[in-house]
Amino acid sequence: MNSLKAAYRFLGRLEGFAIATVLLVLYLVLIMVAPAVFTRPMIYFSFLETVPPTLIAALGLTLVITAGEIDLSFPAVVSLSGFALAWGWKTFDPAYCAVIGVVLALAAGALVGYINGLMVARIGVPSIMATLAANFFWYGISILLAGGLQQTLRGSDENFVHELLVGRWFLGIPLQAVWSLVLAVFLWFILNRHKFGESVMFIGDNANVARVMGVNVEATRIRLFTLHGMIAAFSGIILTLNIGVFYPNQGNYLLPAMASVFVGGTSIAGGAGSIFGTFFGSYVIGSLEAGVVATTISGYWVQVVEGGVMAAVVVLNAATGKGDFASLFSRFRHNRGVQEFRSSGVQKDESVG
Amino acid sequence: MFSPLAMSNPLQDSPDQYALRMVNIDKYFGLIRALTSINLDVGRNEIVGLIGDNGAGKSTIVKILTGVFPPTSGELYIAGRKVDFRRYNVQSAHRHGIETVYQDKSLGEKQVLWRNFFIGRQIVNRFGFIDVKKQKAIANDIMLNTIGFRGKGITVDSTVSQLSGGERQGIAIGRAMYFEADLIILDEPTVALSLKEVAKVINFVHKIKEAGKASIYISHSLPDVYEVCDRFVVLDRGEIGASISKKEITLKELDDFLLEYAHGRKDKAKQ
Ligand SMILES: Nc1ncnc2c1ncn2[C@@H]1O[C@H](COP(=O)(O)OP(=O)(O)OP(=O)(O)O)[C@@H](O)[C@H]1O
Ligand SMILES: [Mg+2]
Repeated sequence: MNSLKAAYRFLGRLEGFAIATVLLVLYLVLIMVAPAVFTRPMIYFSFLETVPPTLIAALGLTLVITAGEIDLSFPAVVSLSGFALAWGWKTFDPAYCAVIGVVLALAAGALVGYINGLMVARIGVPSIMATLAANFFWYGISILLAGGLQQTLRGSDENFVHELLVGRWFLGIPLQAVWSLVLAVFLWFILNRHKFGESVMFIGDNANVARVMGVNVEATRIRLFTLHGMIAAFSGIILTLNIGVFYPNQGNYLLPAMASVFVGGTSIAGGAGSIFGTFFGSYVIGSLEAGVVATTISGYWVQVVEGGVMAAVVVLNAATGKGDFASLFSRFRHNRGVQEFRSSGVQKDESVG
Repeated sequence: MFSPLAMSNPLQDSPDQYALRMVNIDKYFGLIRALTSINLDVGRNEIVGLIGDNGAGKSTIVKILTGVFPPTSGELYIAGRKVDFRRYNVQSAHRHGIETVYQDKSLGEKQVLWRNFFIGRQIVNRFGFIDVKKQKAIANDIMLNTIGFRGKGITVDSTVSQLSGGERQGIAIGRAMYFEADLIILDEPTVALSLKEVAKVINFVHKIKEAGKASIYISHSLPDVYEVCDRFVVLDRGEIGASISKKEITLKELDDFLLEYAHGRKDKAKQ
């Protein structure tokens, strides 16, 4: 029993464990409710193909939210970077047009992010306002540049960049799923093991503390928004390459991406972020809609169920504090909830003296 | 008897006997003059108490000393070397051996202790990745040996939010001492602490003195200031009003003096 508890506590501390459990339960429920769809691997491969663009943007957003900021402009970056890719694609020689397109797209994302960073860090515009304006502006620019028209990436199926980024791996696993996992691991190390990530956490915790302790708050914020701009561009590249077509209004997954971050256990309060929480959170959010539709309950119910599940998960996150089930478990065990918590606080004060 | 207005006399002394000298420091925030011709020095092993009303400019002095922002004009010497304000920031203050402890601005609440010890000067490889093992080992050493935390279930992996106010200040002061600060500035480190916790902080300040280091101690609690400090500097609306050595005055006299001083100021204002 004790070793079971210890194992439980260990698992609870693993980043993203709670939401991974939710994902597992979700699939189990769906298998029972809609076995025709969810006992066959096809649907899972389809998730591995459709979730990554949202997932990638959400990973970057996790860092932004950890810093106590928000970036509402990444949908416009997904569009603008898609346009840059498509433009490079049709303008340059087929031998290297894809590479140029990708570089242009990343540069466009970096530029938008950098300008966001300047507005927030230098001028002091709250990020929610700065990036909201930026979203309208850059969407507008993208539509203007594209003349409102969609563009097909000609011959994209034979292109090696296409193969590399969104091709199929063994068993037919979509490569974008692999790349988004690689990005998650990389960003986990940046947030939890790199100086930059530590600065991000301290700034989100309390920017004044960070400043008096020698963190360059301005520069870190600018770098952060620039980084997220590039990550959003990467999301746009994956999306555009995968479909093979650029649509000016692509990238409207702001709300799913934010939902992914929050169900993953990252708090809007800032100071701490869960990269793998977001990783599994994106699959929960991405699987919900398809899942609920597949159960053949009336279409009117889809959003209700989605919203219900999201609410349940964020409530659970708030109740467990750090997004792990172990502490919730111990609170229920004592069966006194908040009261228990308070009295333990008093005890601690006394032991201190 | 003491002579409140006799400033200590820096000019004939070798500058090296001072941890710090501020010369004619002025600071404006826009049109507001927060500091007027501040001349303040702190000896190598001296604890100076900075006393003054809310808004007198105490924290502004601290922020100039620690590189948070530069003064509008004036000079600063650290251990006899003149500071170039164009290139002075929090990091260079750290390099010069100046560390600061604030009531609420020293630690990241949600962050674990080992991160708090090293924020702003992490041990990193050349790609900027943190050496977690080494940082944890050193943090653990500071907690056991410099601060003297034992038991209580506090480890380097605890978050700051789990600590009491006095323990937090212990962490901040221990961090300052570990980094071999020559001058530790404490800006109201005992606000909102219980008596027991205040006693701990005072104990830490005594340790600073024993370690042969200097300190500037800011507090609105006169008995605390009196207990730990060697000298008291009274700041009044951005100007230094008096500098009194502890040898010259008892706590009662200091209290009376400050009352009289405040009265005198009111009378002046009435005229
Ligand atoms: N960043 C700032 N911008 C504008 N004015 C400021 C700024 N910082 C301080 N001041 C002003 O400078 C004056 C001195 O403030 P300071 O914080 O140094 O006072 P203090 O002596 O530390 O007071 P307290 O005991 O309340 O902490 C105040 O009038 C304050 O309003
Ligand atoms: Mg102050």
